[in-house]
Amino acid sequence: MSGVLAAGGTNTDFVAEETIFWILAVASVGAALAMILVRRAVHCAIMLAVVMLCLATMYAMEGAPFLAFVQIIVYTGAVLMLFLFVLMLIGISNADSIVETIKGQRLAAGLAAIGLLVLLALTIGHAAIGPAPPQNAGNNVNNLTGIAQLIFTTYVFPFEVTGALLITAAVGAMVLAHRERETPGVYALHDAADRPALLPDGSTSELSVSSALSPRDPKQEPRFVPPEETLQITAESGEWEIAPSGGADQ
Amino acid sequence: MSPVHYVALAVILFVIGGVGVLVRRNAIVVFMCIELMLNACNLAFVAFARLHANLDGQVIAFFVMVVAAAEVVVGLAILMAIYRARRSASVDDANLLKY
Repeated sequence: MSGVLAAGGTNTDFVAEETIFWILAVASVGAALAMILVRRAVHCAIMLAVVMLCLATMYAMEGAPFLAFVQIIVYTGAVLMLFLFVLMLIGISNADSIVETIKGQRLAAGLAAIGLLVLLALTIGHAAIGPAPPQNAGNNVNNLTGIAQLIFTTYVFPFEVTGALLITAAVGAMVLAHRERETPGVYALHDAADRPALLPDGSTSELSVSSALSPRDPKQEPRFVPPEETLQITAESGEWEIAPSGGADQ
Repeated sequence: MSPVHYVALAVILFVIGGVGVLVRRNAIVVFMCIELMLNACNLAFVAFARLHANLDGQVIAFFVMVVAAAEVVVGLAILMAIYRARRSASVDDANLLKY
């Protein structure tokens, strides 16, 4: 601690950073615990947003302002919104089941978590982690310029591969989420919303017409209807019949 | 703050995310817990980048974010395809490859 004080920053800065760290640490751990404890998936998403915003603030405190903004834009803005979109599509009312499918699974998971925690804590405890140098100690340029220099020189090949990965992911998501469905009027004799689509074997697809409309026979030839005649459909036979106009007069 | 505090917080968040992956049944929540674990790794990367006073750790954290975004996009698309076929988002119901 005293090394930090000697290395850089005034006492006020140090106290402020420590205070903010503990507030954010308690908030993020509490939100993460709430995330695995609440049953509704939407509440989980909100708790995850809290954790991500806390981490973004910590990145800013750790001398990584670029990552802080990327965290907010990419994670809180894009990824979490994607989660919410899928939640809305799949069904927001689905509460998670609390029935334990595999007997003793939660107990085993808790034991495994404690084991992992002890293992990692011992590893960190054995590591000689000294006090942090002052921010931007090794950089003669600012954070953004330094990251840009690294990305476009040392890490330029992984950066290009990342572009290929993003394209592949976008195409894959489109292929997976795309639903092939015949739309009304497609391949039918006439382009109208109540004309069922023709399937490859020549039959008609009832699914392609909205249930609010009654599908007509696509094989039926269109008839020229004089303007003085109106078409009426009889509910009993479903056949077309021509009623002379001015039927209300009779 | 010493970087050991940040690394300790990253460890705690990683373990919580791991517990969530193991015990939750909703596949979307499992994905969220995986995101939490990736975020914890990013926090450790940033803390060690500060400790070593170079920016390599921050660049790696940036790549982790990009790969995580791609993973979420494809994963959620798979989830929607499964939901369309089985009408369920629970990991217990996708059991056709069980035997």
